Amino acid sequence: MSTALTPPPRKNPQKRTVSPTRPPETRSRAAMGLSAAAAEGRFALQCCSECDRVQYPPRDACCNCLSTELPWKNISPNGTILAETTVQTSTKLYFRERAPWRTGSVKLDAGPTLICHLHGDCERNGRVKMINRLDRSGQGVLLAMPQERSPNMEDDPQLRAMTSDPKHRRVLITDARNPNSPTLAKAIVEAGASMVFIGEGESWRPYPEQKELAAIDKVEILPLDVTDTLSVQRLAGEIGGKTDILINNARFVRPGGVLARGDTGFARDEMEVNYLGLMRLAQAFGPGMCSRTSDGVNSAVAWVNILSVHALSNAPDYGCFSASNAAARSLSQSMRAEFRSSGLRVMNVYCGPTDDDWHQPLPPPKVLLSALARSVVQGLKDGLEETYCGDVAKDLYERFRQNPNVLEREMTMGGDGA
Amino acid sequence: MSQSTLTDLASQIAAGDIHIVDLTHTLDPDFPVIILPPEFGQCARFRMEEISAYDHRGPAWKWHNITLSEHTGTHFDAPSHWISGRDVPNNSVDEIAPEMFVGPVCVIDCSVDAAKDDDFELTPEVIQDWETKHGKIPKGAWVLMRTDWSKKSGAAYLNMREDGPHSPGPTPDGIRFLIDKREIRGFGTETIGTDAGQGSHYTPPYPAHYFLHGAGKYGLQCLANLDQLPPTGAILMAAPLKIRNGTGSPLRVLAMVSGENA
Repeated sequence: MSTALTPPPRKNPQKRTVSPTRPPETRSRAAMGLSAAAAEGRFALQCCSECDRVQYPPRDACCNCLSTELPWKNISPNGTILAETTVQTSTKLYFRERAPWRTGSVKLDAGPTLICHLHGDCERNGRVKMINRLDRSGQGVLLAMPQERSPNMEDDPQLRAMTSDPKHRRVLITDARNPNSPTLAKAIVEAGASMVFIGEGESWRPYPEQKELAAIDKVEILPLDVTDTLSVQRLAGEIGGKTDILINNARFVRPGGVLARGDTGFARDEMEVNYLGLMRLAQAFGPGMCSRTSDGVNSAVAWVNILSVHALSNAPDYGCFSASNAAARSLSQSMRAEFRSSGLRVMNVYCGPTDDDWHQPLPPPKVLLSALARSVVQGLKDGLEETYCGDVAKDLYERFRQNPNVLEREMTMGGDGA
Repeated sequence: MSQSTLTDLASQIAAGDIHIVDLTHTLDPDFPVIILPPEFGQCARFRMEEISAYDHRGPAWKWHNITLSEHTGTHFDAPSHWISGRDVPNNSVDEIAPEMFVGPVCVIDCSVDAAKDDDFELTPEVIQDWETKHGKIPKGAWVLMRTDWSKKSGAAYLNMREDGPHSPGPTPDGIRFLIDKREIRGFGTETIGTDAGQGSHYTPPYPAHYFLHGAGKYGLQCLANLDQLPPTGAILMAAPLKIRNGTGSPLRVLAMVSGENA
């Protein structure tokens, strides 16, 4: 069993904050497929279209038949440990700082033998289940896990180094007024967060979630309005140095496309909150979080955006809102690139229509608040960059991967033309 | 004569015999604005973004871009703000004659009653009661309703409940009395609008807006420091920005008060 992680002591103010270091980043173009799968938490390997051979490591041609048709497919993750070693020191600073580090080789039931990291609870020559996770360079690496759950297994230092687990961390949720804030806050506290800050805009205006939020243990409500640069800067000045996970749930949504209203009023509000709000938060909180990614047990670890899945392909009934989410998604890619050298992870949680006032006229299925909270917490525990919450989002993403142009027509040509 | 009056005025201001009272709230991002049902268009909050601050974006100067509504903070309502005033001549801020921006002001003190009743109403009786003590409201005067509401802040200022905001204001009869019987220039309040918080439940809804602007009169709201004005005798200076077809404007509202009243 893993040693349970204990709450970190208060920081010694005389000690210099450890600068972030990173594991090796360089990969071949072929190997990027592993990172792309890890971003979604999938265990996938190249699978030859001609001869069905599953191969590892990734290459440009099949090691069996030289075919270049090598799509990445989800593979059974089960296998057996062949050999193992524990690295006591390394020329790589990142591993030197984290030694000892357990690595080994695993023979997959699906064929290939993998070089991988080993979870501390894996038994010698035991059966394992492989997971594919992003490391702090943002590249996919393979980690062998025990097939059965072991006590405190999420506290294993090698696993925790790859995930964004909220346990013992301090989390900022940016919008108390979003109906999802109490459910989200409770889920984060249950996941072991030591503190949850919640940003509250326009305290002069009452809102129904306020009481429920104030009653949650470990929750602190602080003034924050993502449309007001000064307010964002003020809060970052206050708690930016102890924000380990930032969950941006601020959202402005109104139904309608370009012609619905004939003005840019709500579209502007959508951009102010959904796009520029994200940018203001990133400018105010990003640098501080990036500097604290190696700051011990409660290091800064992840940035979470809750986006509409229609960031991928527009839903004309909510056309302007979709456009603002597309802008936010694009911005998140820039943030990811800018944060990457620090190891701070950006996770986008995409969801379909949510179960709230603004989607009331839409038929089910809608994303329940509890489902969204579950996706956020699970995504953090798995260290994901991209996750899709609910059937609508998952289905839309699948169709987007198959053919974005067909999807656009499906989204925009629903009527019978009569 | 007019030249000597102006010279006297200038020297009395310089000597402190005439005080200038600032009736304006500071434009602040967190100052409440009117809240409408969310499917309607909304009043923009005051926002300020740095363009540069003696830095790489502009080495020797600091300046901001600001955004706000015509009806954010302490502001002026022109007749074109309301549907009843849509066809009134010279109904937008750029068309109003500048002499309308400076004039006498009467202050009806309702602060004691408003402290007891958030929904206190300004009725013709309250106005006539005030006139028995301070004289008849002169034609062309600004009338301001003092409630000391400006001393509240945050949630207490908007005072929003499940059934909407609660704050004092005039009844339909009250505002009609001022317009029809006293021919005032305009009406001003310390609250978020010229109407009571529950003003949508009168007939017509929002009677101050409806009757004032229909009669070509002006509104002032979110005023402050009305407790520093005498009931009569002060001069109000309220000049909105000259916005083409503007229905209102944030502005600096000042009053000249003679020393004996201060």
